[in-house]
Amino acid sequence: MSAWTRVATPPETGVDFGPGHKILTSRTGRFTLRLELRTMLVCSVLAIAGIALALYALATGDFTLTLGEVVRTLLGQGSEQSELVVLTWRLPRVLMALLLGAALGASGAIFQSMTRNPLGSPDIIGFNTGAYTGALLVILVLGGGYLQVAVGALAGGLATAAMVYLLAYKRGSQGFRLIIVGIAFSAFLASVNTWLILRANLEEAMSAAIWGAGSLNAIGWEQGVPALLVTAVFFAAAAALAPRMKMMEMGDDAASALGIRVESSRLLLMVVGVGLTALATAAAGPIAFIALAAPQVARRLARTPGVRMAPAAVLGAVLLLASDLIAQRAFTDTALPVGVVTVSLGGAYLIWLLIREAKRQ
Amino acid sequence: MRGTTEQMNTNTTTVSTSPAGTLARTGTAPAPNPAPTAGRLSGHDLTLGYDQRVISKDLNVCVPDGSFTVIIGPNACGKSTLLRALSRLLKPSSGRVILDGKPIHSIPAKQVATRLGLLPQSSISPDGITVADLVARGRYPHQKILSRWSDDDEAATIEALRATNTTELSRRLVDELSGGQRQRVWVAMVLAQQTPLLLLDEPTTFLDIAHQIEIMELCRKLNRGSGHTIVAVLHDLNHACRYANHLIAMKDGAIIAEGAPAEIVTEKLVEEVFGLPCRIIQDPVSHTPLVIPLGHPEE
Ligand SMILES: Nc1ncnc2c1ncn2[C@@H]1O[C@H](COP(=O)(O)OP(=O)(O)O)[C@@H](O)[C@H]1O
Ligand SMILES: [Mg+2]
Repeated sequence: MSAWTRVATPPETGVDFGPGHKILTSRTGRFTLRLELRTMLVCSVLAIAGIALALYALATGDFTLTLGEVVRTLLGQGSEQSELVVLTWRLPRVLMALLLGAALGASGAIFQSMTRNPLGSPDIIGFNTGAYTGALLVILVLGGGYLQVAVGALAGGLATAAMVYLLAYKRGSQGFRLIIVGIAFSAFLASVNTWLILRANLEEAMSAAIWGAGSLNAIGWEQGVPALLVTAVFFAAAAALAPRMKMMEMGDDAASALGIRVESSRLLLMVVGVGLTALATAAAGPIAFIALAAPQVARRLARTPGVRMAPAAVLGAVLLLASDLIAQRAFTDTALPVGVVTVSLGGAYLIWLLIREAKRQ
Repeated sequence: MRGTTEQMNTNTTTVSTSPAGTLARTGTAPAPNPAPTAGRLSGHDLTLGYDQRVISKDLNVCVPDGSFTVIIGPNACGKSTLLRALSRLLKPSSGRVILDGKPIHSIPAKQVATRLGLLPQSSISPDGITVADLVARGRYPHQKILSRWSDDDEAATIEALRATNTTELSRRLVDELSGGQRQRVWVAMVLAQQTPLLLLDEPTTFLDIAHQIEIMELCRKLNRGSGHTIVAVLHDLNHACRYANHLIAMKDGAIIAEGAPAEIVTEKLVEEVFGLPCRIIQDPVSHTPLVIPLGHPEE
């Protein structure tokens, strides 16, 4: 940060953005940034919470290690046994929880911003139901393993998203149409899913139900590394699109008038949003509510105008890791699928949202 | 007082030769600057519509440089559609819009946005946005990937806030403002864009009379003082006559009349465009046409 200087704009001449805005300018003046300090602060606090949770998750479980041992192992100086526990067993799961949580949070922010609706999330426009249909077809009809199920889920989710987008596309797909068509289409697919499960034998139905709940149980390095690479690409694209997403909140005409190609930007955002969810769903099954809740809660914490991708992603990461910890540790005899925990958290969130809205009226 | 159109015309033609760029004179000085005929922005043989529905056919329009052009016409006659076409938002199904000698659709959108600003008829203020933040968004077309807030951005935002009298509001939330304040903030957002051409779609709708006049005076100041070319859609004919130096009257997607208000605003035109029987007298303050609707006084 040393190349950056803080420009203190004299209060009587500078633009008064209110508290919590800082302008950063590089020494040469070529690079400038306007930062929302509160957003930075919220992201930092959440990131610290995420790291603390991660260390806790790495240290505890059936085999407990001290914090020192965990850190030493991470630095490559641990015993063989702690390397097995920390690096091989626990680390991929912790990293994936953070990564997929961030993907879901960012994806939710994209959908909510595009639809200008706090209910706009990949869950709602039918992506997850479609992914479940794809996975069910693979499990029940083709009978495949983890990779095949992941591919089936991806195909199902993407096909559903494309379907919904095309059905809603009329005179520039408006957000509300997208949600309505998505709800209708996912209701249809949900009944297809029920029908598929009813046809299956008990064992298949059980494994389908576990997949359908969303779980990080099966995750190791083989799934983690490719997921990491793909997410990195999507996150880079998301970061590049973020300024346009912000402008599009002012309405299509206002954004176009400021030089944004609204239709193509919307399509790109849609692809990134669906891609991020698809990745999470393919890796861990449909994990509900992170995408729905993280952007709104992050927005209220950071008090940003409109939803923002970065705080939603960081909060999503923390939420999914916390949910997975609860899922693993809540009952000593069994581990729950993480999806069960996020659904419960999501229910609490919705109740809170309803009470808030009721109070406002 | 009764006046006829002929009186109006003789009255204004005598003074319409005042030099361009003269700054705001006294309130009684009549006649705005004469509108030049050539323009950076024009539309040629435009056919405009949505899907299969044609709104305007074979429309030719020219925005004179340095003019304060006002478009009038009944609801749904295609005023917004025309503005959207002139600002690259709507692609004409035939014909073309020319900006600075080039078809506007061949110029990148962001580059157009540095020359031409549009205040759309409806925009959304994002929840919880502050006035300064919203106005600053007008700087988007000037910003580069690595330079998101330059001194120019800062200066333009300050100037836009000052010009619209919204400096004191800058920390307030846009949601919490009155309709008039909010409208001024949106105008400030477009001003921050610092474009020589400004297209404003119904900037005064929903405002009380004082705020309407305030916006109109601001437009006049921008037009005469800083040389902006302004195109505005207005509903108030009398404001149009008083402030515009070039008036375009539209009906059913077509341009019915075009020219200086004093020359084209007649009882016949108002009757034809709006179906409104009226009498036209001279505005005692600005000496421009004043439209008095007749209604049905005998009933
Ligand atoms: N996005 C749109 N899609 C379809 N039709 C539209 C759209 N916008 C406007 N129209 C139609 O075009 C006609 C002209 O509208 P508009 O240009 O907004 O009129 P004005 O601004 O003069 O009131 C109206 O009949 C309106 O219904
Ligand atoms: Mg209109």
